[in-house]
Amino acid sequence: MSFVINLGNWGLGLFYRLGAAFLFLLQALRGACQCLPRGSLIIQQIYSIGVLTMLIILVSGLFVGMVLGLQGYYQLVNFSAESSLGLVVALFLVRELGPVLAALLFAGRAGSALTAEIGLMKTTEQLAAMEMMAVNPMIRVIGPRFIAGIIAMPLLAAMMSAVGILGGYLVAHGQFGVDPGVYWTSIENGVELVDDVLNGVIKSVVFGFIVVWIALFEGYDAEPTSEGVSRATTRTVVSSSLAILGGDYILTALMFGGS
Amino acid sequence: MWRSLVAHRNGVAVVGGSNPLTPTNKIQAYTSRMSRPHSSKLFDNPLVEATDVHFSFGHRSIFDGLNLALPRGKVTVIMGPSGCGKSTFLSMLGGRIKPDRGNLIFDGKPIPTDQGSELYEMRRKMGVMFQNNALLTDLDVYDNIAFPIREQTDLPEEIIRLMVLMKLEMVGLRGARNLMPSELSGGMARRVSLARAIALDPQLIMYDEPFVGLDPISMSVIIQLIRKLNDAMGVASVVVTHDVHEGCSIADYVYLLDNKKVVGHGSAEDMMNSSQPDIRQFMNGLPDGPVRYHYPAGNYLDDLGVHDQ
Repeated sequence: MSFVINLGNWGLGLFYRLGAAFLFLLQALRGACQCLPRGSLIIQQIYSIGVLTMLIILVSGLFVGMVLGLQGYYQLVNFSAESSLGLVVALFLVRELGPVLAALLFAGRAGSALTAEIGLMKTTEQLAAMEMMAVNPMIRVIGPRFIAGIIAMPLLAAMMSAVGILGGYLVAHGQFGVDPGVYWTSIENGVELVDDVLNGVIKSVVFGFIVVWIALFEGYDAEPTSEGVSRATTRTVVSSSLAILGGDYILTALMFGGS
Repeated sequence: MWRSLVAHRNGVAVVGGSNPLTPTNKIQAYTSRMSRPHSSKLFDNPLVEATDVHFSFGHRSIFDGLNLALPRGKVTVIMGPSGCGKSTFLSMLGGRIKPDRGNLIFDGKPIPTDQGSELYEMRRKMGVMFQNNALLTDLDVYDNIAFPIREQTDLPEEIIRLMVLMKLEMVGLRGARNLMPSELSGGMARRVSLARAIALDPQLIMYDEPFVGLDPISMSVIIQLIRKLNDAMGVASVVVTHDVHEGCSIADYVYLLDNKKVVGHGSAEDMMNSSQPDIRQFMNGLPDGPVRYHYPAGNYLDDLGVHDQ
């Protein structure tokens, strides 16, 4: 009997949080629209969310591209198809790994930082102080971060893909002697702007939206204690990662299912 | 309406929280007992009125018929044991918490409870000094004080600079304008918080436990500042504290909260000399008395598993 009660309470709690998250999203979107004229706030957040995440994205992208180059070459060389190595690396990165890995890293680096920042602002009553100064935190704090996250994420994914392709080239040409012209031409001929690049960009925008939504909600909803902020930060990384991977499956099925 | 409210409040004060008097009798009790003729004048046109306010956190009742008023231009000190709802009352005044029942009036208008423009308009007339200062940690002292001015006005930066320097001079921290909040001592941070609270020249300044965690010098500085700012700016100040002597030293009027309502009120002198047991216990810090020490619990022996054979 207690199992049923606990299950019911868990279900109620889950739906309560989902409802709260959607209400928060509506307020955040409203705040984002209202903060649009204040470009300096958004640029400030693009710096702290996007620019400060670049290093980990660039380094990871380089190694991911190099690994793809290695693995791709070992398989393709069996079929004398190493001339397609550039295309394989580029498609993997632009369609899948670029947006997904960049989003996972973004959730770990920027998402957790956002949750901790907002959670601590709540714990130290900075959000309450803003409210009491007749400043709406949704416009001053949440809105700029929301927009900045959605802008930064596709840019980071694009950087990851670009650096990854470069990493693949370094391995292909430097280690295995693949002709540079062959490597770049296969990419130029094989990668479609709409089917591949644009779909990748759409994915990264969606992932950016998901990550900042979860991160900001978890911070805003965090229990105002050090333990509460710690739990909220963990939840952000776990929930964002699962949402990115699940969302990637759905988006991939929708985008590439018909081809 | 207010006169009847005053009468009601004073009726409660003199006879204690569980008095069986009817409202009519309370008015008679008030008129016969109040010896200070200025009192009714003091509350003639209060800035804040709370009438029959009820509020609960979940199943835990915080206020059960709270009645009090904050006069204009005076320092009102709200005292009471920890957890009696003092800070909750400030949150209600700021519209951050909605009472379950009852009326909260600020400057003649009900305090809005929905997060709309009306509430934000009202908050522009209020300043709050938070218990933990709540300074914005990514801004230095200057920008913390300029923050509400920049957000609420379109004043040019030169005017904002003058306003900020004037506020900093009032709290004696003009030289600390470039320090970050993490570089401030507890007393300095409290003064910066106070400067920020008065940045927009509010009508009401709320002080949430302003004396907590301060050394004696910082405490006396804050006490002086509260008094001087109140008199210089002609605002209403409400100080929430459980520090009896510090609170009484600046109070024009004192309310004592306990047991979900006002158990007593009057001038600091009246309160210190009160013979009402619960007021006496709190004002003199006596461990024994009507204010309970134990949080409500079941039978102790039952909890221990010890039963009479």
